[in-house]
Amino acid sequence: MVPVEKIGPKRLVVGAHYGTGEFIAQRVTAIILAVYTLVLLIGILTMSGFTYEGWKNLFTFTVLFMPLGQILATLAMISLAWHAWIGVRDIWMDYIKPVGLRIFLLVLTLLWLVGSVVYFVHILWRN
Amino acid sequence: MSDTANKPRPQFRNINVIDLMAYRLPMAGKVSILHRVSGALLFLCLPFLIALFAMSFVSQAGFNALAMVIGHPIVKVILLVLIWGYLHHFCAGIRYLVLDLHIGVDKESAAKSASLVMGVSLALTLVFGLKLFGVW
Repeated sequence: MVPVEKIGPKRLVVGAHYGTGEFIAQRVTAIILAVYTLVLLIGILTMSGFTYEGWKNLFTFTVLFMPLGQILATLAMISLAWHAWIGVRDIWMDYIKPVGLRIFLLVLTLLWLVGSVVYFVHILWRN
Repeated sequence: MSDTANKPRPQFRNINVIDLMAYRLPMAGKVSILHRVSGALLFLCLPFLIALFAMSFVSQAGFNALAMVIGHPIVKVILLVLIWGYLHHFCAGIRYLVLDLHIGVDKESAAKSASLVMGVSLALTLVFGLKLFGVW
């Protein structure tokens, strides 16, 4: 059975990742992070004095009983980890040629980022 | 014929880091490599930045203690480097998003926007630095 979507003698359109998904994810997460940065910055600038209560409220405010502050911060953190994963992956792909070392660094990067997200979410959601 | 044969002939080999230092990188090249360096720096510091956030977020006592920690000049310098990293990554990133839309890709505008990114991120770092060191 030969698929119709052949683009070369061997490769299929859906046969491999070509990096387009990562390219788009990196840009979408970048926009999310830029917007969240501006939201936080406006929040800080409109605070009446930089107090603990005001600072904490940026990440814990609720809207209609929904913990919107925590949800937004969590989504931003996931976006950050995803964004950093693609960027750091690109660095290893550019400079590290031995396959074993590259895989080792990729795994280390993933653990570093997932660990960071778990740490942040734990701090953010405990009461 | 003997003239050209005796001259040392130019050699072109694979370039290395030392060779790279001799090249004059255009502004867009500087913005690009600093975008990568700042991103890597922020990635490496991420858990430590979350630790600082945890300190500030969990309790009033922690918030006050962090204010004390940030009072130290060395901590301030480290923070300022990270602030520059974030600002540069932010400004250069917006430039790349605009370039992705095929806006400003010709040589002159790209050189101009690269200088703009460098200038704006350094100026904003200065503003944050003045605030951090308590000038106002």
